[in-house]
Amino acid sequence: MPRPAHRKPDYHKINKDLFVLTYGALVAQLCKDYEKDEDVNKYLDKMGYGIGTRLVEDFLARSCVRRCHSYSEITDIIAQVAFKMYLGITPSVTCNNSSRTEFSLILDKNPLVEFVEELPAGRSSLCYCNLLCGIIRGALEMVHLAADVTFLQDRLKGDRVTEIGITFLRKLDEKKYRRKK
Amino acid sequence: MADAALFEFLHTEMVAELWAHHSDPGPGGQKMSLSVLEGMGFRVGQALGERLPQETLAFREEVDILKFLCKDLWVAVFQKQMDSLRTNHQGTYVLQDDSFPLLIRMASGLQYLEEAPKFLAFTCGLLRGTLCILGIKSLVTASVASLPTCKFQVVIQKT
Repeated sequence: MPRPAHRKPDYHKINKDLFVLTYGALVAQLCKDYEKDEDVNKYLDKMGYGIGTRLVEDFLARSCVRRCHSYSEITDIIAQVAFKMYLGITPSVTCNNSSRTEFSLILDKNPLVEFVEELPAGRSSLCYCNLLCGIIRGALEMVHLAADVTFLQDRLKGDRVTEIGITFLRKLDEKKYRRKK
Repeated sequence: MADAALFEFLHTEMVAELWAHHSDPGPGGQKMSLSVLEGMGFRVGQALGERLPQETLAFREEVDILKFLCKDLWVAVFQKQMDSLRTNHQGTYVLQDDSFPLLIRMASGLQYLEEAPKFLAFTCGLLRGTLCILGIKSLVTASVASLPTCKFQVVIQKT
């Protein structure tokens, strides 16, 4: 009996949607578990941190990053290599202070919110994508860099852009990204 | 775009965190967090099912839907096909994956057998959710005899 002809689904898109939808289900579950937005935000950051500490090895294994000599090089790699590799977007980078320790990633597109039109009712302080901040913070810590990472602006909250701020906290001495051969 | 790795990392973190948060010392504790993970998988499975192009859904028979899950859906989600599909032709299907990606990172064999159900709950829900959108009400459970091989049992619920 011949199989009925049907078009194969787009595997790539399903795979991409899987992560975004799972993330949405996670945020929804956390909103059920925690009444306060701050608690959800903290929890997302904590989970992101756990992911980041493991993701960095995956990243270093897949990419051929060169030795970095400055925080601004590292931030460029986060924006142009890591974000591109895992989320398919390239945020633009700005430096916010003269000592070059504070940077911003400006996200023009954000796949995590593809299916989110607005924040849930009563959740105006929710940092929906806070997992990303934790991931960056955890990954940096595994390469011996301490940083504060937070959302400075959020389109879901009505801001013009979505902006992640990275503030490096310690002087970059001998610790740099390893170069994988 | 979003690497398959990202989903795996997120899933592992969810299992660890939701488990710690939801489980309570009583005997009902384990069931509670398994059902939370299963429920999340169900919602994601429904959402994935809703996004399938209409043409892929021209199925003639129930077994074609199960074959679709084993081939197309599994490849899209786990980059491999299900390794075997068996049925008793009375509404029960057993789908076997000999190297289930969400179990691969754990040691193979009998170590961590106790932990395995936590890593299967979300996927059981995912299967149940996608089947739901495709018009089939089901109960999906999973069992592991030896990592990383696992079996998903789908029992069709007749209304």
